[in-house]
Amino acid sequence: MDAVCTFCGNVCDDVEFDVNTQKGKRFCALGLAKFREKERIKSPMIDGKEASYEEAIEKAADILVSSKKPLLYGWASTVNEAIRYGVLLTEKVRGVYDQCASVCHAPGTLAVIEEGIPGGSLGAIKNRADVVIFWGSNPLEAHPRHPTRYSVMAKGFLINDRKDRKVIVVDVRKTKSAKMADKFIQIKPGYDYAIISALRALVKGEDIEANEVGGVPKEELAELADMMKNAKYGVILYGLGVTQSRGRDRNIENAVKLIQLLNRYARWIIWPMRGHYNVVGAGEVPAWEVGYQYAIDFSRGYPRFSPAEFSAVEMLLRRDCDAMLVVSSDPAAHFPRRAVEHMKNIPVIQIDPFPNMTTLLSNVVIPSAVAGIEAEGWAYRMDGIPLRVKKLVDSPYWSDEKILKEMLRIVEEKLEG
Amino acid sequence: MLWIKNGIVIDPKNKVDGEKMDVFIKDGKIVDESEVNKEECKVIDANNKLVVAGGVEMHAHIAGSKINVGRTMRPEEMRIVRHTANKLRVSLGRVLLTSPAIGYEYAKIGYTTAVEAASPPIGSPHTHEELDAIPIVDKAMLPVFGNWHFVFKYVAEKDREKLKAFIAWAIERTKGYGVKVVNPGGVEAWMYGGNVKNLEDEVPNWGVTPKEIITELVKSNEELDLPHSVHLHCNNLGNPGNYQTTIETMKLVSGLANKKRQTLHVTHVQFNAYAGSSWRDVASGAEEIAKVVNSMDNVTIDMGQAIFGHATAMTGDAPFQFTLHKLTGSRWVNKDSEIEGGAGIVPIVYLPKNPVHALQWAIGLELGLLVDSDKVVLTTDYPNGGPFTEYPYVMAMLMSRKMREKELERVSPYVQKATSLPAIEVEKTLYDVIQMTRSLPARVMGMENKGHLGIGADADVAIYSINPDDVDPAAQYELINSEFRKPVYTIKGGEIVVKDGAVVAESWGRTFWVDARKKVSLESIDEDLNSFFSSYYTIQRKNYGIQEEWLRNPVRVEVN
Repeated sequence: MDAVCTFCGNVCDDVEFDVNTQKGKRFCALGLAKFREKERIKSPMIDGKEASYEEAIEKAADILVSSKKPLLYGWASTVNEAIRYGVLLTEKVRGVYDQCASVCHAPGTLAVIEEGIPGGSLGAIKNRADVVIFWGSNPLEAHPRHPTRYSVMAKGFLINDRKDRKVIVVDVRKTKSAKMADKFIQIKPGYDYAIISALRALVKGEDIEANEVGGVPKEELAELADMMKNAKYGVILYGLGVTQSRGRDRNIENAVKLIQLLNRYARWIIWPMRGHYNVVGAGEVPAWEVGYQYAIDFSRGYPRFSPAEFSAVEMLLRRDCDAMLVVSSDPAAHFPRRAVEHMKNIPVIQIDPFPNMTTLLSNVVIPSAVAGIEAEGWAYRMDGIPLRVKKLVDSPYWSDEKILKEMLRIVEEKLEG
Repeated sequence: MLWIKNGIVIDPKNKVDGEKMDVFIKDGKIVDESEVNKEECKVIDANNKLVVAGGVEMHAHIAGSKINVGRTMRPEEMRIVRHTANKLRVSLGRVLLTSPAIGYEYAKIGYTTAVEAASPPIGSPHTHEELDAIPIVDKAMLPVFGNWHFVFKYVAEKDREKLKAFIAWAIERTKGYGVKVVNPGGVEAWMYGGNVKNLEDEVPNWGVTPKEIITELVKSNEELDLPHSVHLHCNNLGNPGNYQTTIETMKLVSGLANKKRQTLHVTHVQFNAYAGSSWRDVASGAEEIAKVVNSMDNVTIDMGQAIFGHATAMTGDAPFQFTLHKLTGSRWVNKDSEIEGGAGIVPIVYLPKNPVHALQWAIGLELGLLVDSDKVVLTTDYPNGGPFTEYPYVMAMLMSRKMREKELERVSPYVQKATSLPAIEVEKTLYDVIQMTRSLPARVMGMENKGHLGIGADADVAIYSINPDDVDPAAQYELINSEFRKPVYTIKGGEIVVKDGAVVAESWGRTFWVDARKKVSLESIDEDLNSFFSSYYTIQRKNYGIQEEWLRNPVRVEVN
């Protein structure tokens, strides 16, 4: 059956999956693993005991309504319809909405606030880009089909084959992706900002005094600057290597300034390699509903955005939330230990198709249908292009959308009552 | 059932000018008195009050990736809270509003219909998701065609039948309402770092010119007889001297006629009405443009009025946005979109003492005053020229020379020599501004049941505490400016949504889309679609677009 993959930010829409034989076509290994049957949360649970959906949702609503400041977190691996109910729910209970980007690509959002983002869709890269730079990103291991579908081998309007394209990988270690590149530039960890600054100077035609920056000889940087200036249409695709290393949002900001400058000489764009299949939607939906993408506090009855204050890890570290709803995410496995410790001390509600570390410390567990296999809805690919993920098979599990819609309804009733 | 009693009605479409009369509403429509049982009607006392149709916004950027990236880029815009969370949704925004705020704020000035004026076709599901999140108002959206490779191909091949088929296919897939064109050819040139300057410039790689693109799209649109004409954002936007390009563009449709409406709508003309050769000698070209528009019976325009204060430029005209970024040094978003076009976003603030900004402000008003009231629609090109919430200010300015004189005192004196505004004596009447905000935009959009209060019209009504028999707008401009901001009632589809300027109920409007598939042979473009999708797109043809059932409240408008 025609499917749309709901694993990574590529959201490949050319795949096929047969639910009976569990076989897939055109999937990468990561996507296929997500689609194949694996251990599921069998039934809703309250304090470890099996319960009905109605009971579990009622209990969850109780927790949310009786808490002073609940944290509603996750959202990157579900569809927009569910996210929207999540935002409305957070607004209703005057909690805090945060999503996975706050621990990965959010520095890129801060850079957008400072400098904007001169970008383009993946199709623009496929059709036009003759210079492609992966900076701190490793598509072969994180977005395996990105190179073939969009950025390296992809043919397009101006690109006949791989030879029409120069591919450069900039990273701190020689990744798998580095091996497919025409040029690999190994940099010292934490020197992205300095290197980008040096490139800005060189592109402008200025000299730099140092003989090397961040482990890269000046000649190599000059060569790169030259290649950038002489591109017809270039792109920097950056990953967590840039957002989560020293400098964070300042790195991206500097890179955006480099792109602004380059556009005086050639066409250039920059774009983040977003991770989860709908992490873009987890930012877009709250942006149109309540004005911000993440770290949004509603405790005053209107949204306030403050990343260092209202992002999930900071909330937990400060013990600033007294309940937590986790949707399609596993913070217990990925957050700092001290943050997870607070999760152990407060009631936690989980909505997820699969058991994970967070399940172990959740008081209410609500299993959900897998979007893309058992439920449909809108997801935004890493470049913001909307794709409708499909429902291939009926399932006894409720969709995230249905669970959250019902939870919102009950919460409204309880608040009015 | 509603009975609006003793109101003073202005309804330009039905040639009603200040007549004391009753309006009856049943099942969301305006009906004849005989249709209702008066006993069962809720009665609204409109004695000495102005009763008009709900406002029709025909050009604003209210949904989709552009405004949402704008919101993301500008958290400073979100620090104005308009409504806290309680019975209604929380709503916020200074100029860039959240989706709930857009619906509420339109209703709060008496507007009940709004058209999103530019959607990247591949992003149309996002546009519809946001439209579906806007409460109260009825909606529609215009997908952008002028830099789409399919259009270049069919124009180059001079194959109008295929172009028509493609338009019908694209509008159905995007659930769009008409053909929007932004800087035709110029955005494709931007992919190579350039732009097109005049109508004869060739688009790189395609051998077609903006003139050919516009002409073919207009002719195809007319042969399809879509409810709305081509909706054009001209080439050369934002550049001194561009008024000539605008006039040349308008003349491209000379001789084309359509009984129901214009054959070309040129949008936010203020940004395309500059004389001079540089920013040093820039001046207004509005008088010349007004002469041309007034002399043609098949061209309409909207103002694109600049409002002093904060705004955000956002348009499919990507090369212009880069120019604006360089000019202002401000933040810059660009989005090159597959083989369909591009877009850009740049924050801007219009300052009264800045000569260029004051000039832009004056040119918008010149256009509004000098162009006949049945040919110019009031817009700010929200959020490009400023917030739509300032429409009452623009209405008052059009009606009062005294108010304009007062405002002229606080703006850069440059406008005195570069525009004719100080000398313009025209004072539009209430009838004129109701036309410019209701009946005309509805006619321009081909929305027959909007913008008037005749039998069968949608029951979208605004009632203001203005007595047309008693008021002198030229002198009482402050009253006009304040009362148009707080309707006594806004009624949407027969439901009272605003009372005394405050939103009292949340309703959900409809989304209109146009289906012209019956008029074309979709098979004729089947192979081309397959070939373009497999070669140049990054999504499958079968996954492109949006099904009607995925919209919240769709209305299909079939073209036969």
